[in-house]
Amino acid sequence: MITTSGLTKVYRSRGREVTALDGVDLHVREGEVYGVIGQSGAGKSSLIRCVNLLERPTSGTVTVAGQDLTALAGRGPRAGRELRQARSRIGMVFQHFNLLSSRTVQDNVELPLEILGRSGKERSRKALELLDLVGLADKAKAYPAQLSGGQKQRVGIARALAGDPKVLLSDEATSALDPETTRSILALLRDLNRQLGLTVLLITHEMDVVKSICDSAALMEHGRVVESGTVTELLATPGSELASALFPVAGDASGDNRTVLDITFQGESATQPVISQLARTYNIDISILGAAIDTVGGLQVGRMRIELPGRYEDNVVPIGFLREQGLHIETVEQTQPAPQAHQTPQAHQAPQVDRASSVLVKEEAK
Amino acid sequence: MTWSQMQPLLEQACWETLIMVGWSTLISVALGLPIGVLLVLTDKGGLLQNSLVNKVTGQIVNVGRSMPFIILMVALMSFTRWITGTTIGSEAAIVPLAIGGIPFFARLVETAVREVDHGLVEAVQAMGGNTWTIVRRVLVPEALPSLIASITTTIVALIGYSAMAGTVGGGGLGDLAVRYGYQRFETGLMWITVAVLAVVISLIQFAGDYAARSLHHRGGRQGSGPRLRLLKAKEPATTTATADLGKAG
Ligand SMILES: Nc1ncnc2c1ncn2[C@@H]1O[C@H](COP(=O)(O)OP(=O)(O)OP(=O)(O)O)[C@@H](O)[C@H]1O
Ligand SMILES: [Mg+2]
Repeated sequence: MITTSGLTKVYRSRGREVTALDGVDLHVREGEVYGVIGQSGAGKSSLIRCVNLLERPTSGTVTVAGQDLTALAGRGPRAGRELRQARSRIGMVFQHFNLLSSRTVQDNVELPLEILGRSGKERSRKALELLDLVGLADKAKAYPAQLSGGQKQRVGIARALAGDPKVLLSDEATSALDPETTRSILALLRDLNRQLGLTVLLITHEMDVVKSICDSAALMEHGRVVESGTVTELLATPGSELASALFPVAGDASGDNRTVLDITFQGESATQPVISQLARTYNIDISILGAAIDTVGGLQVGRMRIELPGRYEDNVVPIGFLREQGLHIETVEQTQPAPQAHQTPQAHQAPQVDRASSVLVKEEAK
Repeated sequence: MTWSQMQPLLEQACWETLIMVGWSTLISVALGLPIGVLLVLTDKGGLLQNSLVNKVTGQIVNVGRSMPFIILMVALMSFTRWITGTTIGSEAAIVPLAIGGIPFFARLVETAVREVDHGLVEAVQAMGGNTWTIVRRVLVPEALPSLIASITTTIVALIGYSAMAGTVGGGGLGDLAVRYGYQRFETGLMWITVAVLAVVISLIQFAGDYAARSLHHRGGRQGSGPRLRLLKAKEPATTTATADLGKAG
């Protein structure tokens, strides 16, 4: 539904150049909720603004619903007629809502329809319908200043939907809201995605947002997408930063001669008492170093870090058993025969865990 | 001088002032608004970025804005005669007043429009709105409270200018005060004129503030009526008006 290829954006201001996007290839499938996460300055906003060409990419192409938007030229910063038409079919919601304070809630929602040249009667019918959809039917005559942040964002969403878009872009739509309101707005987006088959591309710096509504996600760093895929794919990717950030599990081996495994389980297998079965079948003591279980897109997904006695070589059979159960297994320690390599496991494990938690810390610090 | 002698003089002067200030305000607003908007649009990063147009317009506005009115009036004599056929009378005074008022108001418009949150412009761009839509539906309506305050400031400034224009044949209240009060030592009439001017200016200021504030309501919390608001601390949009009052009047 949305495809960017080789997207670069270089800002030039007073002789300095900032590369905000550096060859971004993104593919958002029809009907999915796609989350882009990354630290401040990673280029997330630049990316989403390039999608509807609010920002003209320096190079690369953007295709939305089969239409190459980058081909629709406009002179300089101005958008040509075709591009404006294309934009009217893409909804956008903003972090700071961007509602016109001079207009009532209803008139705000009607604005895109005015631009599309719809008749007054049709406009008010559609606006009231949308306000009803976002649960604000009673606020039609209020002014934005009289609404709470969550209500304003609902108006923003209703307005974004006025032109019956197939695609909704959201730049940190919940970042200015408290956790409770964030949840309700995310639930609304999820509902709209399901009910209207709306494709949603959202930018966030909160892992929780990705966790609660995204089907797919991409991690951006320094203008590049360093990881992307469906959430389930990502969780099954060895060493995935996103996966470890989504489900951070920590815990160090209790001593030498141990095998530490990260187990990722999804759906059915999550409910099976695999671990106790393992312990019984092979008669080994298993300690659980850490675990996280959550629901992603209605699917139960979890991670667990367990420790088995003995080196990796001694545990090949139990690990094989776990894999057979449909679990994704990652060895945290790489036990090697050479004695001095005993340091390696820690050294190897530490940065990965560190990185995972540092991503989270930075995101939460905002 | 008795009241019955003064009354027709005052009435006549009030009428002349009204004509001069009314028309010049209308012209200043009608032309200053697009110029002010143009200054914002053509500025760097603006929707119609064009540094040549911006620099030239900006420079003309600056010169017009800082030119002492009395000099502007004299300099425009032949232009005034070309337009109105005369350089004497209230109608003739409208020309230099309007020429002085346009850049004055344009600068205020520029400031007011610049205050509009760029996010709103972006939101309308994202909906597929063109530049004209943005001007008409975002920039002007969102800046309206400040624009009304700017109109108030302009009217007050034009009353001040009109007093000057009056002394060189424009008539009006300023002329009355100078002719009778200064040249004929009719101190009574002079003070009455001063009082009338003070009342007129206060009324205009009050009406302007009231209008700007009642529009601001939409931006404020629900409830409290206009009267209550007047007692509260001044909001940014209206402080410009009062700040300029001293300079202009
Ligand atoms: N208009 C601009 N002019 C110059 N540089 C810009 C502009 N917009 C963004 N940048 C730069 O581009 C880089 C990416 O910015 P961007 O806003 O896309 O980051 P972001 O990931 O959205 O960050 P945040 O989470 O803080 O919103 C930053 O280094 C920023 O300073
Ligand atoms: Mg951003």
